[in-house]
Amino acid sequence: MGWFTRTERQNVVVEKKEDVWVKCPSCSAHIFKEEWDKSFMVCSQCNYHDRMTCDERLAMLLDDGSFEERYGKVTASDPLKFADATGTYAAKIDAVKQQTGLSEAVKSGTGTINKTKVAISVMDFRFVGGSLSSGAGERIFLAACYAQRHELPFVMVSTSGGARMQEGIISLMQMAKTCAGVSRLHKAKVPYISILTDPTFGGVSASYALMGDVNIAEPGALIGFAGRRVIEQTIKEELPADFQTAEYLLSHGFLDMIVKRATMKDILHRILLYWHSK
Amino acid sequence: MSLDCEAPVVKLEQEIEELKKKAAGSGADLGKEIASLEKKLLSLKQEVYSKLTPWEQVQLARHPQRPLMSDYIRLAFSEFIELHGDRLFGDDPSLIGGFAMIDKHRVMLLGFNKGGSVEEKVKANFGMAHPEGYRKALRLVKLAEKYGIPVVSLIDTPAAYPGAAAEARGQAEAIGHCIMEMTSVEVPLIAIITGEGGSGGALGIAVADTVMMLSNAIYSVIPPEGCAAILWKDSNKAPVAAEALKITAKSLLELRVIDQIIPEPLGGAHRDHAATAAALKAALVTSLASLKRISRGKLAGRRLDKLAAMGRFK
Repeated sequence: MGWFTRTERQNVVVEKKEDVWVKCPSCSAHIFKEEWDKSFMVCSQCNYHDRMTCDERLAMLLDDGSFEERYGKVTASDPLKFADATGTYAAKIDAVKQQTGLSEAVKSGTGTINKTKVAISVMDFRFVGGSLSSGAGERIFLAACYAQRHELPFVMVSTSGGARMQEGIISLMQMAKTCAGVSRLHKAKVPYISILTDPTFGGVSASYALMGDVNIAEPGALIGFAGRRVIEQTIKEELPADFQTAEYLLSHGFLDMIVKRATMKDILHRILLYWHSK
Repeated sequence: MSLDCEAPVVKLEQEIEELKKKAAGSGADLGKEIASLEKKLLSLKQEVYSKLTPWEQVQLARHPQRPLMSDYIRLAFSEFIELHGDRLFGDDPSLIGGFAMIDKHRVMLLGFNKGGSVEEKVKANFGMAHPEGYRKALRLVKLAEKYGIPVVSLIDTPAAYPGAAAEARGQAEAIGHCIMEMTSVEVPLIAIITGEGGSGGALGIAVADTVMMLSNAIYSVIPPEGCAAILWKDSNKAPVAAEALKITAKSLLELRVIDQIIPEPLGGAHRDHAATAAALKAALVTSLASLKRISRGKLAGRRLDKLAAMGRFK
């Protein structure tokens, strides 16, 4: 859970001056905004992959206008009537909804990838750190069930700090629920492609995110069970610089491939074609 | 170790003890006085232990004298043949398992081993498993499924181990894989939270058809201290977080996350291991008998329906 408290990363600053420059949050290079958008928010200087919203991701992966949202009415409730030092969970959810225009940390639906239809769920880190809540779990579970019923390949794009602790044990149960959905896909031999993006931790990495038929990550994405700081503080172990990066997971055998955004849709298309050519 | 709220109980227990010694020493008949004090003690205990706060229950769930996996093996099961190793990397002493008999039933027993003595605790890594533990558990679950043997998981772990080696060997993948497979195996699964149900580390072997909890056990998405540090920016607020997170057996039964509470002896499981193990055994045998009546092809579907209903959303 430690990543929650880590130093705020800088948000992309679009220089007001003519709105043509973007400053890379990682290396501070100034990139033409047009180039930045065209490269799907990847820095041409340092290859930093900036965090994308779920809508940006859907636009990147799916054919224009093909996305049809499902289960959008499923949204967070407050099963524990939870309140912490900063206020109630219910108020926090309302504020996040206002800020993001989203109603949960996951958007599910169907769409096409170069004309091949898929079921898809995409997480959004802006919504309480992409945390896995009842609502998020239900949207993923229903999308997996839809994929199974309609024999559509299921594409899951994860970004999350883990379970949403304001929903207590109910959020923990979402790990089992989403895994049950994924298990159904495996039993029914419906393809499941899992894409892990920065960051994917805790209850999400330890449930459906690493259970794909094919596991793909973006370059440099941080992926792990416990946060780096938790490990450093509680265990006092020295950690390698590339610890928990996508590259580290690839070399340790937990990913099939690391794919850049520019080629992500093409790779998905090729995998889907392979599956469909019997 | 005793809780602050237990002070009057401890004091009265000492008084009774002294009176008994006195009676034995002097030969005086103090039977009436002792009986009266013992009656008073019982009602005092009922009073004190019915009002425990969630944080006090956390202390009981972590009590150093609380029965361990090894105690349950000895007191509730008649046979245990430990099976070692994940066949991939190693053997994890934190999460153990093997063939066991309870009453007339064959079961595959899985559970966390916290260790009794200091040396044992260190060796067992205080019940915090590495990926090898979850991979061994998964191997044993599949073995049980092969022979149609029900699986019993005893849960008592603070967390899955958050270490560098655990990450390198895929802690997240190991837990996720175990959870995923357990959602669909075709044998009865019973999980009992006996002490600490620590987040994903506990859930790794806790997906089940029937989930039970000892009355002072806790089950939480995050330790109260960790939650307090993040949401209250102060780990001393752990008692407040323990209350807010709804981690007690009573709350979890109300939330329908667990199916049954197994009552502990008055004052907690640590006060009477044999009685605790007997209560656990009785609940387990009843549950096994009823799950065994469900036909094999229907179990996984029933479990899926149960998991699908887990959630509170609008």
